[in-house]
Amino acid sequence: MTSLLEQPGYDEEKLQMVAEQLLCREDQAGLLLSLMGQPQQYCYPSIFIYGHQASGKSHVMHVMLKELELPHAIISCVECVSSSLLFELVLFSFFGSEASSLLPRSPSLSDFVRIYRQQCLQAPATQTRYIVMEKAELLRDADANLLPALLRLQELDNVSVILLSEISWDKFRPNTGCFEPLLLHFPDYSKGDLHQILSQDSHPKYSDDFYSSYINILLGVFYTVCRDLRELRHLVRHTHTHTVKETDTHKLWRNIEPHLKKAMQTVYLREVSSVQWEQMQQMEEKEAGALRGLSAHTHVELPYYSKFLLVAAYLASYNPARTDRRFFLKHHGKIKKTNFLKKNEKTSNHLLGPKPFPLDRLLAIFYSVVDSRVAPTASIFSQISSLVTLQLLTQVSHDDQLDAPKYKCAVSLDFICAISRTVNFEIVKYLYDFL
Amino acid sequence: MSTTSVSKGCFVFKPNAKKKRSLTAEDYFTGCSGRAENSKVRFGICQNLWDRIKSETEALQDELNRNVLDSLLDLARKCSSTHRSSDWASKMRASEIPTAALVLGVNVPDHDMTFQSLSELLQQSVTPHVASVQANECATLKHLMKKVLEKLTGAVVDEEDDDEEETEQMSAQLHRSAHCSFSTLCDWYNTKTRKSSSGTPGKKRSSPSKDEPPRPPVVIIFKDLEAFNPKVLQNFILICSLYIERLPLMFIFGIATSPSTVQHMLPHSVSSLLCIELFQSLSCTQHLATVIDKLILTPQFPFKLNAKVMQVLISIFLYHDFSVRNFIKGVQLALLEHFHSRPLSVLCCEKKEAVQNLLQLSHQDLERVRQLPSFKRYVEELDRQEQVSLSSDDGHLKDVCLKLIKKLHKYHKNYYPVLRCLHTLTCSLPRYPLGKQIRELHLICLESNVWESEDYQSALKLLKMLAKDELISLLQKCAEILQAVKSKKMKRAFVQLEELLDKFKQLDTAETVSSVEEIVTSPVRNLQKKTDLFQLQKTLLEMNESRRSKRLSPFEVLRNEALEFIEGLVKNHLFPPESQTLYEVCYYSSSATVRRHLNATPRTSVQAALSSPYYYIQNDKLKAEDGSVSNAAPDICIAYKLHLECGRLINLYDWLEAYSTVVSAAEGKDPDSEDFGKVDEVKHARFIRAVSELEFLGFIKSTKQKTDHVARLTWGGC
Repeated sequence: MTSLLEQPGYDEEKLQMVAEQLLCREDQAGLLLSLMGQPQQYCYPSIFIYGHQASGKSHVMHVMLKELELPHAIISCVECVSSSLLFELVLFSFFGSEASSLLPRSPSLSDFVRIYRQQCLQAPATQTRYIVMEKAELLRDADANLLPALLRLQELDNVSVILLSEISWDKFRPNTGCFEPLLLHFPDYSKGDLHQILSQDSHPKYSDDFYSSYINILLGVFYTVCRDLRELRHLVRHTHTHTVKETDTHKLWRNIEPHLKKAMQTVYLREVSSVQWEQMQQMEEKEAGALRGLSAHTHVELPYYSKFLLVAAYLASYNPARTDRRFFLKHHGKIKKTNFLKKNEKTSNHLLGPKPFPLDRLLAIFYSVVDSRVAPTASIFSQISSLVTLQLLTQVSHDDQLDAPKYKCAVSLDFICAISRTVNFEIVKYLYDFL
Repeated sequence: MSTTSVSKGCFVFKPNAKKKRSLTAEDYFTGCSGRAENSKVRFGICQNLWDRIKSETEALQDELNRNVLDSLLDLARKCSSTHRSSDWASKMRASEIPTAALVLGVNVPDHDMTFQSLSELLQQSVTPHVASVQANECATLKHLMKKVLEKLTGAVVDEEDDDEEETEQMSAQLHRSAHCSFSTLCDWYNTKTRKSSSGTPGKKRSSPSKDEPPRPPVVIIFKDLEAFNPKVLQNFILICSLYIERLPLMFIFGIATSPSTVQHMLPHSVSSLLCIELFQSLSCTQHLATVIDKLILTPQFPFKLNAKVMQVLISIFLYHDFSVRNFIKGVQLALLEHFHSRPLSVLCCEKKEAVQNLLQLSHQDLERVRQLPSFKRYVEELDRQEQVSLSSDDGHLKDVCLKLIKKLHKYHKNYYPVLRCLHTLTCSLPRYPLGKQIRELHLICLESNVWESEDYQSALKLLKMLAKDELISLLQKCAEILQAVKSKKMKRAFVQLEELLDKFKQLDTAETVSSVEEIVTSPVRNLQKKTDLFQLQKTLLEMNESRRSKRLSPFEVLRNEALEFIEGLVKNHLFPPESQTLYEVCYYSSSATVRRHLNATPRTSVQAALSSPYYYIQNDKLKAEDGSVSNAAPDICIAYKLHLECGRLINLYDWLEAYSTVVSAAEGKDPDSEDFGKVDEVKHARFIRAVSELEFLGFIKSTKQKTDHVARLTWGGC
């Protein structure tokens, strides 16, 4: 195992420690280490590592840099709401707080470069410094000059930038061109890898063999739907309680299978939080299934007119405007559906999704749908905007109220059916798709 | 005003602050009515009543939310403790941020009060670090971070004055570096906890087992989750999860619709960082029911709403906003209006006070009493002599009024318990003939004599079909209601009801004995021998007769007795308030005012102003037959009227021509002359102004579809 991680200039023991922690990532770690060279040697200016979620990118970098005690700055790009924060963090971790306080109020890239140079003169790098950027895909939204500059930061000093991302480099390349980083791919863990990793953090109560066979069963159930290590770990944690009662490996399967199936429906989808799941396990035999997941609560209580506004919005979104006459006029004459059909309307409107409609149309349908006479009061209009904030409607056009705003209805058919049932309105009769 | 400046320009002069004595609410109240006589007293009563109502509703709100808030506090406490405990399961869970999803219903403005008391409670008992953020102040991630940091650190400055210098320094530092990051927050938190633990050395010595300083959780409340930008929220949660090990964070999501919105807003990769627990608050309809129960259906508050006003307030609640706060605001408005506009409302207070106020009524006020419709009705029924003395003798009138006021109070005292009794009896009947909620029954009773309505009859019929145990349990509930009332009549009623219930109980024992004796020789046996047709007919008729007048079972007799008793109560006490003399003193009846204020129709009023300016300007010249506008009306009215005749696109030039024709006619020019209807500069300018005013009001907008055209934004014509 250690043969993979051999590099002169580093302590044997430390390398050993690193190798132990980087299960199933020895190849990648070895490659990285050989790229990095000895501590004082220059590394490749920028390395781009990509791979799916939970394929060990950050873990490898964290462990290597920490254990080998190399000067480094690990920065998550989500956190850097502005580039100034990024500069500050980098300067802080390399040169301490005095350096970062030198930055002006809203620093530009050149300020950063200037101060970095200044500090380098005072404290030149004896070892290669590493800047690790996690979730590097967010750098694309930052200033246009940031990413190209980071890629060639080595021109300042002995420093390397390592970008970690879930998407490939092709999606990054700025159109002005830039220094190409070295690409490194972390493949997904295989089933065997997953088994090996999950068996590692075994519960102190069980023997390793027993735990490993338990993991094996669990993987058998979940591997087809989920290969994310983090999620699998989450599942392992929340299903292990059942194994407590069992000691015989052969009986294990029969006993925990139903629990695993239940977990697949609830824990995996985070329908039920971990605490609730644990409570459920405890009271289980008495009243299982009493807990309902998050998505079971879809019922929304709305004021009477809001319900009708929503119904009207749904009708306006899913019916072609031409058919309004047929649905809402008393003496519309007999118009058959075939007369309406245009070529592109043969597909169901429900498959195409909601269409935007102007406010006028919404109100016109609303007034014809509500059975009583409704005054156009201010609260009717404020109900429309509160439906927008509740995300039951979405405003399509810009915010200008004068300029005939357009909306879309953002609720599902089931939802609107439930709503219209409470006000005794048969919505299906008014939907063009169900004629 | 002059300046010392030599250059030309605009200068701002701030008005002198002490120029005007600012008016208090009382001044407004007394000033406008013009008569200062008793308006001060009225204001006092009104203020007093409102304070009582307010404190009552606040207490009620706290009471209703207690359960949810308590469990939330428990969660917060638990989350602070699990961060320290080291058992296997909690270590495994440590990376998740504990989150409470608090479902509050769609009446978003009402939530403020809940969150207010929640954060107060949290600060009192769990943690000083509470920040609540709203969506409209956090459009971007940067703003959100800034808000959270400001609220957390800023709250500390307010709280502890002794180490102000340091925190000020801290906040100065925060402001210096324009970006705020969570690492600064972590540092702040660490110094804070360390300081607070070292700040109480005595405490520490007493409990040496605690080697770690207490780490109260940092609670962040998202008041309106739906309104947040999902992207911002996702990133914020991602950042928080990076710091969860250093900072014991906890979230509270205020959800207006349904918990599934969390899943709509957050992708799985983000929601997997949260450990969400669900909390459901009381539904707003239940909340309203309790508020009505405590505020309206009680003799405690002398101020009452009549049926129409109640109807308006309830329909605003049910149809428009589901907001209990608005309902209470409506009650407040009615209260203010009542005391402001009715001089006689001085009598609308507790009995003792009312008696006192009554004795101090001026002649003018007594004259007003004589004018009251209910009083007139009362007078008409009296004999001639009494009528004369009432209309001339102020002292006698006062005596009579005293009696009447007392009677009114008694009426209220008896009305509500009987109403509740009737409600308990009818609320579980099939198809709810008298309404499911007590407010519906109350409305029926306010409007008319309830016993005359068809629904009441059908409800009684259904009651007559009740089984014994059901009836007894209902009557027992009624007895409980009556027992609590301190009024002679109700006490008597309670005793009667108890007697009835006793009889029901005795039935159980008596029934077994009586059923044996019931074997009567049936006339059918007599038919065995041969009979002629006449005889047969006769016997059949007899049989029929006897079946009809078949003796009722003792239970049925008793049941009828009980129902008669209830009906007697209803007929004696549940007549509508309009039948009471002097009811105007306590009942606010102007539903139109309430509706106009609470459910405004800005659009209709703008249209009314434009199409009939007479009502607004009060100029007789502008009076015109309906549908048309006088040509002397303001320019904008004329332009509006003309634009109604157009289609969706309006040709500006045609519009101008029409306008100038109308205006020229108003100037009294000869229609046959040369320059009649000709557009001169003034008219042109006036027209342009009118058009731009219409644009400002949102009736038209400029369009690029056609040159020299504007688009109409309203539809429909004249």
